[in-house]
Amino acid sequence: MTHHNKNWKEIAPAGVCSKSSIGFLTGDWKTYTPVRDPEKCTRCVLCVIFCPDGAIKWHPEKNDIEFDYNFCKGCGICANQCPTNAITMRLEQESK
Amino acid sequence: MTTQEWKFTAKDIAEKPDLFLAGHRACAGCGPATVFRMIMKATRGPTIVTEATGCMEVVSSIYPYTSWAVPWLHTAFETSASNASGIEAALKIMKKKGRLNHEHVDVIAFAGDGGTYDIGIQALSGAVERGHDFLFVLYDNEAYMNTGIQRSGGTPHGAATTTSPAGKSIPGKLEYKKPIADIMVAHNMPYVATASPYYWKDLMTKVRKGLEVEGPAFLHVFAPCPRGWRSDPAKSMEYSKLAVESCVFPVWESVNGHCQLSIPSKLISLAPQKKRPVDEYLKGQGRFRHIFKPQNKKLLVDVQRMTDARWECLLRKCGETPKTA
Ligand SMILES: Cc1ncc(C[n+]2csc(CCOP(=O)(O)OP(=O)(O)O)c2C)c(N)n1
Ligand code: SF4
Ligand code: SF4
Ligand code: SF4
Ligand SMILES: [Mg+2]
Repeated sequence: MTHHNKNWKEIAPAGVCSKSSIGFLTGDWKTYTPVRDPEKCTRCVLCVIFCPDGAIKWHPEKNDIEFDYNFCKGCGICANQCPTNAITMRLEQESK
Repeated sequence: MTTQEWKFTAKDIAEKPDLFLAGHRACAGCGPATVFRMIMKATRGPTIVTEATGCMEVVSSIYPYTSWAVPWLHTAFETSASNASGIEAALKIMKKKGRLNHEHVDVIAFAGDGGTYDIGIQALSGAVERGHDFLFVLYDNEAYMNTGIQRSGGTPHGAATTTSPAGKSIPGKLEYKKPIADIMVAHNMPYVATASPYYWKDLMTKVRKGLEVEGPAFLHVFAPCPRGWRSDPAKSMEYSKLAVESCVFPVWESVNGHCQLSIPSKLISLAPQKKRPVDEYLKGQGRFRHIFKPQNKKLLVDVQRMTDARWECLLRKCGETPKTA
């Protein structure tokens, strides 16, 4: 028998995930969309910190936040935690 | 070596790029997802992460995608701490041989409550006893969520899960939550802390302390799961606040065995009238819905009694005298 078992140096070390999940959009999961009133917003950035999906970005150069609806799952945490109630959750159709 | 205390503002944190990336597949409003983002933003870098199977491992590594911007190794349900031991030992030997170009590399092991209280405790206890220099993070969503909400040693008394269903036979889980952080303190390890993500600054400061300390560190983080708790996804941070305010989940740290309350809980010890009744925390969570039925009145009283008893025990450990409201 000339059967050759691969030694440990020859087998694949482990499964490797090669792509960043940034390429996997989760924005279409949402039913409600957070909409911010820039007048009420104090730029406290708490929503940026609490969002489970990193879907709110802080831009220091613009001194402003920006929602990335490609990832936002519409959970409502940002609206619930905003100290000035600047965020309202709207049904997708209403927000367009 | 003494390290300077890490000072940061909300904007510093907001500006830091995420190392736990968007595009992960956790449910909307997932508490652990917020916790992971925060923890990774508190690292010094370079960092190596290893993680037991469970929700956060699954949602962050669905082939071919990864939500990790740092080297990350998935490991079995029970072996998060043994994996971290191996990584740390490898780093040590590489340093000795001059093959490591970094002054220090942070090693973090993540596991859920199932992967810590239950199946992971032997590996964790061993790694701590051997003194490996790593941070173990328990993200506690209080049940085995990934496999369908089974009860664990971390599930609280009275909570309904699929293996402790509330009905005619039992009113939810009969047993009490295992005091896991106390068990870790009993290991005489350099750093043990509890934290809740609503108090993000406290949580992130503790992550940094746990990484800076030489030797093992253990961080127990409260992590609401709207799917398993049958709670409103918008309220995950609200529950993480109420749990601290009701003393269901007090925040404290133990440095070389010296135990002290952290500010959010310290404020309640100073002004006991601020301590909220447990029902304010329990209500709205589907897993506790049955507790409010008339026939379960005794259970609600018991949850309050146990919460008070544990809080008073903690106060004594922290050298505070229990005051009544
Ligand atoms: C030895 C072993 N038993 C069972 C499983 C199946 N399993 C995978 S994840 C999981 C539950 C994880 O619960 P927890 O650690 O609390 O993490 P969560 O999913 O709640 O975040 C179980 C039972 C497994 N992977 N390995
Ligand atoms: S939490 Fe509210 S006030 Fe603060 S930055 Fe976000 S939207 Fe603005
Ligand atoms: S609704 Fe949820 S996911 Fe969307 S931006 Fe607000 S916190 Fe983030
Ligand atoms: S089941 Fe719970 S812990 Fe798991 S991804 Fe969903 S919300 Fe997060
Ligand atoms: Mg769990």
